[in-house]
Amino acid sequence: MTHLPFVAASYALGVLLPSAYAIAAWQRMRRAGRRLASIPRVRRRGRSPQ
Amino acid sequence: MDATISIAPRGRNLHRFANPGRFLRISGTILPWLAVPGLVLTVIGLTWGLFYSPADWQQGDAVRIMYIHVPAAWLASAGYFALALCSFVSLVWRHPLADLAAVEIGPVGAGFTALCLATGSLWGRPMWGAWWVWDARLTSVLVLFFLYLGHIALVRAFDNPERGYRAGAILALVGAVDLPIIKFSVDWWNTLHQPDTITLTGAPTMYIAMLWPLLFTTLGYTLGFAAITIARLRAAVMERRISALLMARAHEVGG
Repeated sequence: MTHLPFVAASYALGVLLPSAYAIAAWQRMRRAGRRLASIPRVRRRGRSPQ
Repeated sequence: MDATISIAPRGRNLHRFANPGRFLRISGTILPWLAVPGLVLTVIGLTWGLFYSPADWQQGDAVRIMYIHVPAAWLASAGYFALALCSFVSLVWRHPLADLAAVEIGPVGAGFTALCLATGSLWGRPMWGAWWVWDARLTSVLVLFFLYLGHIALVRAFDNPERGYRAGAILALVGAVDLPIIKFSVDWWNTLHQPDTITLTGAPTMYIAMLWPLLFTTLGYTLGFAAITIARLRAAVMERRISALLMARAHEVGG
């Protein structure tokens, strides 16, 4: 294969950069989902037992 | 009066999708349908392009960089168009999701623009003998990259996020003038960068065995870009909800 270092570097960037974005987005989404699920819901105004 | 009649119903329709619960439900359904085909198409396209597509008679195997460079270049422009569109919706209809979408598109678009510039440089070195030339196409894409960085910095530069969103939206709309410059730079000026080989109006001037893997990677990367943006947007919506819930709890505890 001609120009192998240039082709290999391009493919490495083309795979690693979008993968890094995808993994970061997925982890952020999971973290936010877990945190949201762990917060107990606030009682709505007017429905308090008192 | 006429303006109120024509704009208000559309604004109301748009605001139906501003409900966080509805957005999370719809986006949760759409996300796997973008991510999985995006990944499959990208893997097929990259494998095809790297191992099975023919080498160019003039450029040799360096032409295989095209299967990454062209989708990245397309997404750099398309991402900015989406950013400008969200900014327009945000400024005109004050749509809260449009603000968040613009904030989340920015870093992804900047990443793909950086990928376009880097792969272009890696392609230019063996073909032109230079990593970089101040060519109209390259320079206008570099300006696009700086516009993305400016937007990312500006929306985070204010204590009041609403002011940051407004300033970022204005920058995004003003910067949209760079998109036609990028598109037509190879026609308007005598550039080292080659003219478009795929256009909407004419038949592609590319060999079909090279065109197919390029279409696969372009579609795959586009679906991937959309999936990453929606995942980031879902996270942002949930983070905003967490802040609102914690605030409400603090008020409840405080009396």
